[in-house]
Amino acid sequence: MSRLLLKGGRVVDPAQGIDATLDVLIAEETIEEVGPRLQARGAQVLDLKGLVVCPGFVDVHTHLREPGREDKETIATGTRAAAAGGFTAVCAMPNTEPVNDNAGITLSILEKARAEGAVRVYPIGAITRGSRGEELAEYGDLREAGCVAVSDDGRPVASARVMRRALEYATAFDLVVIDHCEEPTLSERACMNEGPVSTILGLRGAPAAGEAIMVERDVLLAELTGGRVHIAHISTAASVDAVRRGKARGVGVTAEATPHHLFLTDEAVRETGYDTSTKMNPPLRSEADRQALVAAVQDGTVDCIATDHAPHTVDDKKVEYDQAAFGIVGLETAVALCLDRLLGAGLLELPHLVALLSTNPAKVLGLPGGTLAAGAPADVTVLDLGKKRQVDPKHFESKGRNTPFGGWILKGWPAMTLVGGRIAWKDPRFRA
Amino acid sequence: MTGFPHRHLLGIEPLEPSDIQTLLDTADRLKEILDRPIKKVPALRGKTVINLFYEASTRTRSSFEIAERVLSADSLSIAAATSSVTKGETLLDTAKNLEAMNPDMVIMRHSSSGAPHFLARHCRFSVVNAGDGAHEHPTQALLDALTLRQRKGRLKGLKVAIVGDILHSRVARSNLWLLSKMGAQVVLCGPPTLVPPGIEALAPVTSRIDEAVEGADAIMMLRLQMERMSGGFFPTTREYHVRFGLTEERVKRAKKDVLVLHPGPMNRGVEIASEVADGPYSVILDQVTNGVAVRMAVLYLLLGGSPEAAS
Repeated sequence: MSRLLLKGGRVVDPAQGIDATLDVLIAEETIEEVGPRLQARGAQVLDLKGLVVCPGFVDVHTHLREPGREDKETIATGTRAAAAGGFTAVCAMPNTEPVNDNAGITLSILEKARAEGAVRVYPIGAITRGSRGEELAEYGDLREAGCVAVSDDGRPVASARVMRRALEYATAFDLVVIDHCEEPTLSERACMNEGPVSTILGLRGAPAAGEAIMVERDVLLAELTGGRVHIAHISTAASVDAVRRGKARGVGVTAEATPHHLFLTDEAVRETGYDTSTKMNPPLRSEADRQALVAAVQDGTVDCIATDHAPHTVDDKKVEYDQAAFGIVGLETAVALCLDRLLGAGLLELPHLVALLSTNPAKVLGLPGGTLAAGAPADVTVLDLGKKRQVDPKHFESKGRNTPFGGWILKGWPAMTLVGGRIAWKDPRFRA
Repeated sequence: MTGFPHRHLLGIEPLEPSDIQTLLDTADRLKEILDRPIKKVPALRGKTVINLFYEASTRTRSSFEIAERVLSADSLSIAAATSSVTKGETLLDTAKNLEAMNPDMVIMRHSSSGAPHFLARHCRFSVVNAGDGAHEHPTQALLDALTLRQRKGRLKGLKVAIVGDILHSRVARSNLWLLSKMGAQVVLCGPPTLVPPGIEALAPVTSRIDEAVEGADAIMMLRLQMERMSGGFFPTTREYHVRFGLTEERVKRAKKDVLVLHPGPMNRGVEIASEVADGPYSVILDQVTNGVAVRMAVLYLLLGGSPEAAS
């Protein structure tokens, strides 16, 4: 039996309330034991002194683009980007071509992921057929094939009736419904946040209220149906307020926030002179929204940090602002941004950050992992909190280079990711 | 001698008051050439200028073309409707192909806000924004300012009402920047559905036109941009005219020597009554004449002419 001993790191596992210098012993693909000064004869030893050892990070919101848009990203490149960014698992959004709205596509994604994936891939199925917002997809089949949730991400479920049925029906298969909250009639042809900046730039804006209206609706529908709704890429003060109130009433609602909404505002569109790497949906919001989002992360209203990794080709982005595709890549910057801007800035303690990136994502979608408890899959993210490096899109594993964070100097980076006991990626300059 | 400190004219917002002053003074000096029997000077001989128009234009394009000819630049005009754009060529490819022909300047009108910034970022030539989406139309604001300055002798302290479809108007934005920078007192007016959010931070806003024009030195009417509207901003053009249109009755509330401006093309009987458009206070055709002078100044200064030498 092959064994691996991770020695002397600071082990942070919020699920077990651990934050101490300990060893982690891995046997084959699972965690065997976590404890002080473990001895394991014959085990390969990795000296992780000075580094942080966490349960593997899980991104609940990734666009792998395969099948259909392999020019933007593939399962192979997207999962390599995930591994290099400190993630050991990604949840793949279904807005592929064709849409992942049936078991056949789910199975083909999983097969490809098994053959070529650097990290675990958990497919998310569509809420409605073709994500057209009309008829429900076959949730039973999707669940059986391996889907962990349903979402029409990128396209809000406009009809309250359809959303209600989805929330109700999904409970039969223990599926979470992930919603992209946007009242479509308020954001027609919008390409940024509506406010003083869109006014100055002369760009069509989407008002923050358009998101909050749908979040309020979804919270009420989850309450009505007893279903479970997860709010994707939440971005406004009123939206987090709706989630906070819903949670206080015991409604089955959770939420995720992206690093770009936590660390940038719509001023970035102006400051960069209409750089299309500031264009995504939901758009970068106001400073007041951004601060409310940070507060919601701090007080637990936001459960997960997710990337909304949305790779695009240069051709999709190197055009007029209003013509450009929505979305930015995030897998290879998210963890470093959080370490620098949340932990480094003193806004969050490390165990809470690990919970947002690992424990909670696993819990929200009912995934294996999210802990280093004995018997858990040996998915591990190792962090180097002292490492300082500049974000250089040229060196991304992802095919996408569309990031507004290029050139940022960040302190705190992933050093290694282990998936099922095997090294999926390690920093080339890392000694172990 | 110091040159003009900008290579591009992407908007009024990034300009200093002294830049605006220089542009207007230069336009004033160059204007005299247009009254000569032979309207041509060799100032830009050997310079190549391309007019790249992705949107329809009568005034702006022809006045740029005249300005180019008067200054002896070699110029050509490309209208998107007859170019490779109809074959699906991207803006960047079009620009890169033009760049390969080594022009000194490209003057562009485009329906996408920020398109001139995109061009300026990716190409070597100077870029002049001839109107981009709802963002800016800097030469329009300059010619409006030139017109006001000629008639009033100053900009500082003037009370100017900008009235109409502010939401879709690049003219309103450029004028707002310019007039504020030059010390004029601007009031914005329009139906609340056509006033963009946050603009009240830049100038007072009212939805009552009678209030807006009260005691005004100048009234700038904006065109109702039906083609950019996705519907429902106001019930009918009839009500628009009654509630927000500039009528003779309303002009009387302004100062006696009020000036009425309109960037054109006008919707007569909608935002402006014909009697007003053709009335004695209307300087709408002066604006057009000044448009040529202002564009001569822009070409001249951006292509390296010194402000002093223009006299």
